[in-house]
Amino acid sequence: MKIAVLSGKGGTGKTLVAVNLADVATNSVYTDCDVEEPNGHLFFKPTEISYQPVSMSIPTIDNNLCSGCRICVDFCRFNALAFIAGKPVLFEDLCHSCGGCAMLCPKSAITEKQNTIGKVMTGNSQNVTIITGILNTGRASGVPVIREVMRCLNNKTGLAVIDCPPGSACVVMESIKDADYCVLVAEPTIFGLHNLQMVTELVQLFHKPFGVVLNKCTAEANPSESYCKNKKLTILARIPFDKELGEISSNGEIAVRCKPAWHEFFLKLLDIIIKEAGYEADTHNQR
Amino acid sequence: MKIAIPIDESKTNVCPSFGRALYFLIADTDTGENTIIDNPATSSAGGAGIKAAQTVIDQNVKALLTPRCGQNAAEVFAAAGITLYQTVSESIDDTIAAFQKGKLAALQNIHPGFHGHGGK
Repeated sequence: MKIAVLSGKGGTGKTLVAVNLADVATNSVYTDCDVEEPNGHLFFKPTEISYQPVSMSIPTIDNNLCSGCRICVDFCRFNALAFIAGKPVLFEDLCHSCGGCAMLCPKSAITEKQNTIGKVMTGNSQNVTIITGILNTGRASGVPVIREVMRCLNNKTGLAVIDCPPGSACVVMESIKDADYCVLVAEPTIFGLHNLQMVTELVQLFHKPFGVVLNKCTAEANPSESYCKNKKLTILARIPFDKELGEISSNGEIAVRCKPAWHEFFLKLLDIIIKEAGYEADTHNQR
Repeated sequence: MKIAIPIDESKTNVCPSFGRALYFLIADTDTGENTIIDNPATSSAGGAGIKAAQTVIDQNVKALLTPRCGQNAAEVFAAAGITLYQTVSESIDDTIAAFQKGKLAALQNIHPGFHGHGGK
């Protein structure tokens, strides 16, 4: 089973929830897809580390063979090619490696070469396997790194907890694609609500069963909670705004390894998620 | 000589954005003839600067008068040998007049682009 943990903005507690969920499971794979700034490994401090490079193919253009027909430039929907002084010019950062330009070139002037854009780090920490996608600084899209992370994940057994990037863009879609259940982490603010709405729309678009974890709950009004109640969304858990929990995290420690009460809390949350996912699967089958 | 200016929905004012401007004004300073063309990059998911720059260079202009320009577009213009000038007025007429009097300075401030981060 694969559980994806996501939120519309950074800092809501995705990593807190994902790390602790993975740690209470008996056999799990914590999978960090937040490839621009993966930080789950800072908590797990994995050992027996191995790296695997990730590359993507980008076109190289032989100007001696190019006839300047412009077919490649007009084809590229990502605007990665410009037509300047009669020849195509590549803007590497915009290339999505679709290979269309090379396929269409009537003069075979375009070939593809591999460009390293990041790596996947794999390691272990007690009962958890940690897979971390790392995008090289300055690269535009993390999607190829996430695809490689997913390939690594599919070779492992155990409960997968996928720590997604923030937001609702391509990198998030790539991260939740294979998920059996999505956990949306939300803050009790108007901004948090706005971002919760965005990811709710996203997971609904993907027809994923999902529930919400309300984080940093206080006695004050919680716009995210009101939204869940109005829309009849499943509230999986409420994590209180707790200074000690914040301190544990800021020290790079894992709450469920530090305090039995948190172990109990996240074990219960995991049980609820597994039950919800099963329940949702049943209702889907009946449709 | 032909020059280009990004313009907004009023079609009389300079648009603060280059890549996402709705239209481009193509002005021939010799004949005084003005043409307005659509910017196909307005609805582009990514690479708007490059597509907009492509649209402009395909018009065989020699200069672009703009309040700002992103890095990718600036690279296209540099490779195509098109000079960028900094606009100082919202009015198209004032901008063209200032250009003809040689009062516009070269555009210095090339920004790194927004690239899906909405102004980050």
